[in-house]
Amino acid sequence: MNKNVLDVRDLQVGFMNKEELDIVINNISFSIQPGQTFALLGESGSGKSITALSIMRLLSDTAKVISGEILSSGTNLLHLTEKEMREVRGKKIGMIFQEPMTSLNPVMTIGKQITESILSKHKMNAEDAKEKSLDLLDAVGIRNPRRIINEYPHQLSGGMKQRVMISIALSSNPQLLIADEPTTSLDVTIQAQVLKLLQDLQNKLGMSILFITHDLSVANSVADSVAVMRDGKIIEKNSKNSFFAAPKHPYSKELFLALPDVSKRGEFLGKISNRASTNIFSTYKNIDTNSKLLEVNDLKVYFPINSGFLNRRKNVVKAVDGVSFTLSKGETLAVVGESGCGKTTTGKGILQLETVTSGSVKYDGQELTKSTDSKLRTLRSKLQIVFQDPFASLNPRMTIGKIIEEGITAQEPQVESTEKKERTINLIENVGLHASHYLRYPHEFSGGQRQRIAIARALAVNPRLIICDEPTSSLDVSVQAQILNLLKELQDKLGLSYLFITHNLAVVSYIAHKIAVMYEGKIVEYGDAETILARPQSAYTKKLLAAVPKL
Amino acid sequence: MPVILVTDFLIFLLLILASSYVFYVCKRPLLRAPWADVLKNRVGAISFTVLMFYIFIAVLDSMHFHPRISSSQEKKVVYSNEITSVFDVIASHLRTSTEKTYSAPLSAYQYSKEAAEVSNENSHRDYPRLKYGGRHLTNPNKEIVSDVFSKILKGILIAAVFWIVLLMLITFFYAHKKSSSFYAQIQQIFFSKQNRSLPTILITILVLMIITCVAVQLSFSYHVFGTDKVGQDVFYQALKSIRTGIIIGTVTTLVMLPFAITLGIMAGYFGGRVDDIIQYIYTTLNSVPGVLLIAAAILMLHVYMGNNPEQFTNITERADLRLLFLCMILGITSWTGLCRLLRGESLKLRETEYIVAAKALGVRSFVIIFRHLLPNVMHIVLITIVLDFSGLVLAEAVLSYVNIGVDPTTHSWGNMINSARLEMAREPVVWWSLSASLFFMFVLVLFANLFSDVVRDVFDPRAKKHE
Repeated sequence: MNKNVLDVRDLQVGFMNKEELDIVINNISFSIQPGQTFALLGESGSGKSITALSIMRLLSDTAKVISGEILSSGTNLLHLTEKEMREVRGKKIGMIFQEPMTSLNPVMTIGKQITESILSKHKMNAEDAKEKSLDLLDAVGIRNPRRIINEYPHQLSGGMKQRVMISIALSSNPQLLIADEPTTSLDVTIQAQVLKLLQDLQNKLGMSILFITHDLSVANSVADSVAVMRDGKIIEKNSKNSFFAAPKHPYSKELFLALPDVSKRGEFLGKISNRASTNIFSTYKNIDTNSKLLEVNDLKVYFPINSGFLNRRKNVVKAVDGVSFTLSKGETLAVVGESGCGKTTTGKGILQLETVTSGSVKYDGQELTKSTDSKLRTLRSKLQIVFQDPFASLNPRMTIGKIIEEGITAQEPQVESTEKKERTINLIENVGLHASHYLRYPHEFSGGQRQRIAIARALAVNPRLIICDEPTSSLDVSVQAQILNLLKELQDKLGLSYLFITHNLAVVSYIAHKIAVMYEGKIVEYGDAETILARPQSAYTKKLLAAVPKL
Repeated sequence: MPVILVTDFLIFLLLILASSYVFYVCKRPLLRAPWADVLKNRVGAISFTVLMFYIFIAVLDSMHFHPRISSSQEKKVVYSNEITSVFDVIASHLRTSTEKTYSAPLSAYQYSKEAAEVSNENSHRDYPRLKYGGRHLTNPNKEIVSDVFSKILKGILIAAVFWIVLLMLITFFYAHKKSSSFYAQIQQIFFSKQNRSLPTILITILVLMIITCVAVQLSFSYHVFGTDKVGQDVFYQALKSIRTGIIIGTVTTLVMLPFAITLGIMAGYFGGRVDDIIQYIYTTLNSVPGVLLIAAAILMLHVYMGNNPEQFTNITERADLRLLFLCMILGITSWTGLCRLLRGESLKLRETEYIVAAKALGVRSFVIIFRHLLPNVMHIVLITIVLDFSGLVLAEAVLSYVNIGVDPTTHSWGNMINSARLEMAREPVVWWSLSASLFFMFVLVLFANLFSDVVRDVFDPRAKKHE
């Protein structure tokens, strides 16, 4: 008798594209045993989420299962009617999604949403359902469930919402929980909590988990067995221990090499390292510590909260509250912190893109906060910014050439168009793209390529400092490695300084010379990367470092 | 001697703007793609063709001139004070063939009895024959049905001939351009899977041609939609109303766009004080009932025209001015909706990273608005224009119905419906005036709505289906 909770056999899924069928899942097979966590690992577009949606039979109308079987304790889910399938969803298989912000209905209280899902699966009266929802919230580690059930989703933090989502998914004791990147949009410390919660629940309830992730270290910390997906195929399937000990497929090996890590400092990612990892912090060759390129002193950015009659100012949010640091030529300072700690606002405050409440920002000795508009406009060429989301940072209606040329036109209007084009093409080639991309539009490029374009745009005005605002956090590991390599290469070549804003401590340990740890608008720890990573002083930094899942 | 009325000027201005937009779109593949999608959609292609047909009539009707008074003996050319349009000349047989009073569509008899003058004393009351409608028939009661059918057939035949000639021309053009055989081109047009818009448009043109030719054939000897109280041809009135409808639908947009775009984008982009002021303006304007504002404005114009009769010598110019004024006041009351949409969108776009990046590069606000904001809100403007069009055509009808719309001498569907009020109360009911105006308006509004649906589906990024 088949004891597996889930058996996927030779599944093939395609998307109807005009008249043709694009195969996105190509003959994948795997099975999940009771009480086991199966991690499906892959980069974006590899077909992980489509697999999960096919199991739940929640694919959009344009997608079609071409062949294969999905067996859940012996029954083929693909043959069930929609009504029977509804019974399976929730009762046998629960699902949680990546984005806790949009998975809950914003106009219903938490309690209503949980009891609704309980009542749809079980016949019981409202009182019992409420009791059960309190138990569930308690089980997912929410401290005072009696208060939470009367609150609305916007009153909860991201981690809390994800806990609520998990409690809804668990409301009918499913045999299998599908978790589609459940921690990707959460901060590291919260991620650690959610991962631990999932493991505890699994031990207690004995359910199986299909864990979809792109993060090798997360997979390492939760999975019993691992399958790596690429282009709709499973290319490697193994138990966790043997996979992480020795990945077999060349692509899996590449993934490991692409991971930024403290031991890979000073080299390019993705290449096999032969160097003995001694004295990894000694790569300060370009840094001239005497010249202070950027001095930030007691920077404060407050946002007023207007309310009441005639918008009187009631209160302020202290987004950045007295931040000070210095940055030398050729140096990389990483600003680390969880979402909402004010790191992005710090970056924008330095660039005068947010109104600074008080404090000083000196670039090369020149005060930026009190500069006139025209003086600021010329100074802007020296300080540039690269954003997180490569899809939002390029105007969709301009060609790549025009996007990169924009800065030259604004800063040096006297430059002639032929020279401008020449310089632009040079830049395009410098960031690893092809000159023929000059006339293309952003939508023709992948995320990594777009990030290269954004970097080229910043470089067009010959900056000396680039503020990188989470430039790799929406990219796949292998693409992230390429972008980090590019940034490093440019730093070596042009002597750029980076203010690297990120929440990813692995990236920090790979690229940063100095680290500033931010918490609630303040810098709680500031110093050399070496010191902070090895001997953190403040409690918050210790917590942050402990939360990072290790490989 | 050509005359350009103010509304003519605006309509030509719009045509120039529209054609330069088409030119602009054709050069940019990113903009050309969605428009190609609009025409690839069958409904889009059909409604586009029908709208073009309406616009064609409106443009013909907008080419105005003072006709030359025939004076063959004298050398001096004299122009009449009257203003007519090219369309009037084409449809002169409709304009001049006025009957005494009501007559039903395709009838040879008047709709009301009249005392006939018989030679001897005992005169009797009967339905008299019409002066123009069916005058070539000797015994209308027997001949009329077969005559109408033969004219319909003739119309269809003529339309078919015209259409085949058009088809030949197009095919020759393509065959010449691609240097392929004529037969292969025909096959390419009708059976190729790539280009589905051309056959749809051609078939729509065929249908439109058949309707036009049949109507023209019939109109030479009958009143296709009957006549009104003073014997004027209703078909002619309904056709003349097209120009009024199109002008109200388009010129109003032209008036409203500058307000909506500049104020909306400024409010969203600059925020703060600017936003407050602009919001207060449109909230205030929105709280005044639109109809009241329109009524007040029109009455003011009335009073002004009454006090200064010397400025408005020509009745056509006077009516035209009133039409323009209506467009303006409609534009002023209707820009707030688009303004609000644009404000919201700019508010959102202001925070997008490409605009922040442009600021970080030191680009001036003015340039950012033109280069980054405007192109990215244009889809909203476009969708609103097309969606508002049908609403404005209907608004004209409603306003004219309550007598604060266009001048009573201007042909418009609203005026026709207004005059039909009494006709509906009459016994037997005169139904054709109302039906004709409703039919023409319905077709325009229906296809405008269908077209706007397609445009919205294609341009609205949120409505995009999974690719």
